[in-house]
Amino acid sequence: MSTVIRPTSPTAMPLRFAPPIGGVAGTSFKPEHLPAILEAGPRRGFFEVHAENYMGAGGPPHRALEAIRREHPLSLHGVCMSIGGPRPLDKAHLARFRGLVARYQPALVSEHLAWSTHETSFFNDLLPLPYTEATLACVCDHIDQVQEAIRRPLLLENPSTYVAFRESSMSETEFIRAVAERTGCGLLLDINNVFVSATNHGFSALDYLADFPLSRVGEIHLAGHAEQADDEGDLLLIDSHDGPVADAVWKLYEIVIGRRGAVPTLIEWDSRIPDWPILEAEATAAQAILDRRQSAVPAGERHAA
Amino acid sequence: MPPEANLSFAAAFAPALLDPARSTPSLVTGPNGKAAGRRYDVYRNNVTVSLIDALAAIYPAVQRITGTDFFRAMARFHVRSNPPASPLLFEYGRDFPDFIAQYEHAQAMPWLADVARIERAWLDAYHAADAVPLSPARLSAVAPDRLAGLVFIPHPAARCLRSGYAAVTIFAANRDNTTVTRIDASKPEDALITRPEFDVNVRRLPPGGAVFASRLISGRPLGDAAAAALEAASDFDIAANIAGLIEAGAFTSLADGDRS
Repeated sequence: MSTVIRPTSPTAMPLRFAPPIGGVAGTSFKPEHLPAILEAGPRRGFFEVHAENYMGAGGPPHRALEAIRREHPLSLHGVCMSIGGPRPLDKAHLARFRGLVARYQPALVSEHLAWSTHETSFFNDLLPLPYTEATLACVCDHIDQVQEAIRRPLLLENPSTYVAFRESSMSETEFIRAVAERTGCGLLLDINNVFVSATNHGFSALDYLADFPLSRVGEIHLAGHAEQADDEGDLLLIDSHDGPVADAVWKLYEIVIGRRGAVPTLIEWDSRIPDWPILEAEATAAQAILDRRQSAVPAGERHAA
Repeated sequence: MPPEANLSFAAAFAPALLDPARSTPSLVTGPNGKAAGRRYDVYRNNVTVSLIDALAAIYPAVQRITGTDFFRAMARFHVRSNPPASPLLFEYGRDFPDFIAQYEHAQAMPWLADVARIERAWLDAYHAADAVPLSPARLSAVAPDRLAGLVFIPHPAARCLRSGYAAVTIFAANRDNTTVTRIDASKPEDALITRPEFDVNVRRLPPGGAVFASRLISGRPLGDAAAAALEAASDFDIAANIAGLIEAGAFTSLADGDRS
């Protein structure tokens, strides 16, 4: 037998929960930032990772994540569970996801209202789904399975979309509200996604946020987007995560925090990744908004939505 | 579960993602009946570009050798015909070296597929389970009459690859941005890939070394591996090769082959 440094299999490890982290801002964790983060020492805030990047057996990715986790709360963000797809969940993938929750005891665990696998192909994108009674039942069934596996509520993220489905019979906010009520899951409100989808589909982001069940929001995402054009030459926003948060998204964020109170907030930055101080400055800006709200409201009222 | 008929959206949405000849699926639309062509194309682009990017991340030396445009054109063919089956992208591209070997425009670089095989093995070693390498002292403690039957338990990261070309030298020269000097590609080279702790290590094996290492890694006793290596290279140095493999971190422990 080989001598394994860490003999406990993650899938056999007990699930323990990290304490809630309250109104702090965090960033995506990118391995190229590890030296700068470690050199600066522990900072207020949390780091979020894409779960799939840490599903290998061992090696440098786990060493980096362990180093981060020693000194900071962690958010585990699944990208590939295909919760919104019609196919049964991949049991092996679900077991790997549970294993990461057990091993790293994240403060936050989230996944997407989207799908990425069909038949035997993995498309590596967050693909949209129609909002119908049939897809609602399917999504709820999938979330039940995930929550059963990880023994805690999942935070489900609202998508950014570029197309709508003719067969949809309810709005996205109606759909998400019904999912949360039926499964007991929490919600990850991605405000950039709201802004992107509102622009792309011609609805009001403020109306969407007014309809969104804010009391269930356990995390907020902020990110940058890019601009393209649709068939008619009208503005089409792309959820690119490759730049700073747009001013309009910051304004929506302040409105949401004003209504919801301070919740953990993540700056997502996944491509054209800047040097650490630039990403950290975005988190500092979010933290300032959270802190203004937290100092303006007596402690006992902080979690009232 | 609801009836499958109401969940046919994915089957209608998916096929055109990687097939530019297919038209936009009719089940999607823009707002107020606007066209969905360029909107759906965002998904096509996300899927295709992100998967090409995934291959570029796994095969950086191949991309440096071919240039970005050549690589991305080649990768686009492969992504469309062989999309990933696993959501773990670091598992993707196992069949890409074989694709490169038969890719029409890569025929002038017959060593390119072997360079890709080393890069794929490099990534497997990078993600392999952690394990403490075998200490050389363990071997010194084995009684001489037990050596021939001795079995070496491979480290989870250990890989051995053979090439009819100078694939190791070409790989090493193109994994970073240093200047590449002229390489005689026709000289056969074999690679040992290990990751004793956290750094992946790719080294060239001496003549007979690959026969020897691959037999030991596959669990054959030392006596068998040494005989095969001597047949492949009459001047094969058994002691130096064992020491080299142990020093590289190819094994984790020893077992007595006679007793297993």
